[in-house]
Amino acid sequence: MNKVATAAAPKKARGGSQIGRFLADNGALVGLFVLGLALFIATPDFLTGPNLLNIGIQASVIAVLAFGLTFVIVAAGIDLSVGSVAALSAMGSAWIFSQGSMPGWIALIGGLAIGALSGAVSGFAVAYGRLPSFIATLAMLSIARGLTLVISEGRPIGTAPEVSFLGGDLGVIPMPIIVLVVAGLVAAFILNFTVMGRYMYAVGGNKEAARLSGVPVRKVLVTVFALSGLFAGLAGLLLSGRLDSAQPQAAVGYELDAIAAVVIGGASLAGGIGRISGTLVGALVLVVIRNGLNLLNVSSFWQQVVIGLVIAVAVGIDSLRRKNQPH
Amino acid sequence: MIDSTMNGIAGTDNPILTLDNVTKSFGPVAVIKGVTVNVYPGKVQVLLGENGAGKSTLIKMMAGVYQPDGGRILVDGKEARLPDTNASEALGIATIHQELNLVGSMTVAENICMGRFPRRFGLVDRRKMREVAKKALGMIGLDIDVDHKVGELGIARQQLVEIAKALSLNARMLILDEPTAALTKREISALFSVVQDLRERGVGMVFISHHLDEIAAIGDSVSVLRDGEFVAEVPADTHEDELVRLMVGRSIEQQFPRRREYDGPADTLLEVEGLSTKGMINNVSFSVKAGEIVGLAGLVGAGRTEVIRAIAGVDPYASGSVRVRGRQLPKSSVGAAIRAGVGHVPEDRKAHGLVLGAPVNENIGYATLSTTAKTGLVDRTGQRKRAEDVADKLRIRMHNLDQVVGSLSGGNQQKTVFARWIVANSSVLLLDEPTRGVDVGAKVEIYELMNAITAAGGAVVMVSSELPEVLGMSDRVLVMSGGHISGELSADNATQDAVMTLAVRDVQRDLEDKLMEDGHE
Repeated sequence: MNKVATAAAPKKARGGSQIGRFLADNGALVGLFVLGLALFIATPDFLTGPNLLNIGIQASVIAVLAFGLTFVIVAAGIDLSVGSVAALSAMGSAWIFSQGSMPGWIALIGGLAIGALSGAVSGFAVAYGRLPSFIATLAMLSIARGLTLVISEGRPIGTAPEVSFLGGDLGVIPMPIIVLVVAGLVAAFILNFTVMGRYMYAVGGNKEAARLSGVPVRKVLVTVFALSGLFAGLAGLLLSGRLDSAQPQAAVGYELDAIAAVVIGGASLAGGIGRISGTLVGALVLVVIRNGLNLLNVSSFWQQVVIGLVIAVAVGIDSLRRKNQPH
Repeated sequence: MIDSTMNGIAGTDNPILTLDNVTKSFGPVAVIKGVTVNVYPGKVQVLLGENGAGKSTLIKMMAGVYQPDGGRILVDGKEARLPDTNASEALGIATIHQELNLVGSMTVAENICMGRFPRRFGLVDRRKMREVAKKALGMIGLDIDVDHKVGELGIARQQLVEIAKALSLNARMLILDEPTAALTKREISALFSVVQDLRERGVGMVFISHHLDEIAAIGDSVSVLRDGEFVAEVPADTHEDELVRLMVGRSIEQQFPRRREYDGPADTLLEVEGLSTKGMINNVSFSVKAGEIVGLAGLVGAGRTEVIRAIAGVDPYASGSVRVRGRQLPKSSVGAAIRAGVGHVPEDRKAHGLVLGAPVNENIGYATLSTTAKTGLVDRTGQRKRAEDVADKLRIRMHNLDQVVGSLSGGNQQKTVFARWIVANSSVLLLDEPTRGVDVGAKVEIYELMNAITAAGGAVVMVSSELPEVLGMSDRVLVMSGGHISGELSADNATQDAVMTLAVRDVQRDLEDKLMEDGHE
């Protein structure tokens, strides 16, 4: 996965060995490795099959949300609505199945469509309504959550079996992990190999230069938000599938975890920089820390403090590293 | 290589600052290889060299941004360490960057006192602040309202505010990094009279400019650099040809090597008819044939850039039409213009031409990503191959195609923008100040590129504020004034006087003054 995505990052014109450069460009990966090693030494419960699968399951929702958000951040935007859109998609899907009495597969596709549509609406507001993405998606955060409450009347709704399947197991491998891997590969493929993906980097790097080079900037903006919504919808379905029910208060605050994962993964909020592999590592860092602190019986209150420090340190190291390069 | 005549130039004073045999490398790339520069009080030391010669690295060492790997920095004859910009500021060294460090939304007084607001009872003492600011402005004879927002001033005045700010911080050495790049003639002479005052006050100055004629006007001594090496130190009144020879290591036979080599049919490629926008341009009509370079001359603010942008589909226009090879282009569609064969090299390559943080490869490919794609997928090998070929052909100096374009020198950045349109097979090139901020060697390469484009049957429209360039390269010159074309001159009839007469013909006197004072397109 990492190999696929490295092409996205502008390679630095610096010397040093290949390995040294790889490590410098993948600080979060090194951090994740060190973290894993420390937990392996600290507790025998960490490096066990069931715990690792557990980490994968826990990471899946955040990582899928963060994959979608990576498109937006690469294009120099921000999407605050992903948590709410995830909840709305899950609830919409469950509603289509139970109230609309539609087949389960339509409920599944419907959930994804609701996500993509919500994202596209934010995208239109940004591209054509000239709203800053922060504001447009802040509005969508509230609208999507509100709609979730409206259609559910504040009560959980059971999910379609096809959606519950996403939360189940395929042999010994939990489905969420499979979904995580596939979603990551698709996202990395879009960013690196499609014209739209390369346009995202151009728009994020310099919107005006991109426009003058013939890049359809507004189309790109609508696309990134629609993709973010689509991935949020998928994350919502994963979440509800695990519980077999869509909860009206699902994924509250998840947008912050997703943003943290993307920036720990080395993306720049100024746009133009970001990789799916980095985002995956960022999501794993967050989850491994939570998992490790749980195993070590650290209170969940302190966990939040630690996570905050990790975000600050990770991004701080990254910007220091960038500053030390010429130009 | 080294024929220093330093002793002949140095005054009796001791230098304020000396870079003594300094070296600097970034990774494996040595960018400064043993350079010595002295800055004397009351003298203007010019740093001359092509882009990439190491001038910016040297001034960043003086300012404490970079630290030399080898050699010494001496301040007042004593070895000094400048670990950061605060250290150099404390020693009285100030830098006036090309990109000014001012907050546009705050007042002149606030900007001058930034970071050291005078206080009274813990609140900002506005009266004191105005006094400090007025005193600072008085030092350079600048009479503007200190309560004016800085962003509402023209570039020239902003620059003077920044100089005043430096002086109020007791700067005794100023580093002026291409201060004239964005100024009009009149603004430049105002700046130079300030420099003259400062010289009399004993302020030492380092001056960087790509305009050779400015060196004799303002400099005392010139340190010439080439590829990070010290080449020579010569008096500022050295002949321009000699300066060029020292700088590029060869003499330039001809500064404007225009050749007309196209012998195909003289089809009209671009026809602009009755083009008007709200407010700015008024009924502009002209056409360009295959193999032709048409120069668009005029004062800053005459509407030249607006014409180019309207043709390229960047900005909308109210009425008129643009036809390429007889086919009308839709209004404000960059994509349609590109498909019709129009390439646009914008005035400000950093803001509008390039994605600075992206690799050279990507920047070359943006205009052709979708046309070469198969089912939405990027033709990665093809794009890379094409970028490689064109970078080779245009001699873009870089480590490799994956290098971020922001780390190239100005000339190579500009060649990257050209490369995009060559890959796109554009036949109508709209060039807006194509050699601005580009060194002498790269300028000639860009001129040769224009020759090659027209020899292959392309058409070029060039906007330039450098009259010698317009006169030297154009086959026809259109002069704009007050938003419309005030006259056309053939290459034979185009002289500086003829162009200037047309350029001011339709401009009311006061409007012209305003444009020259504050205007920048």
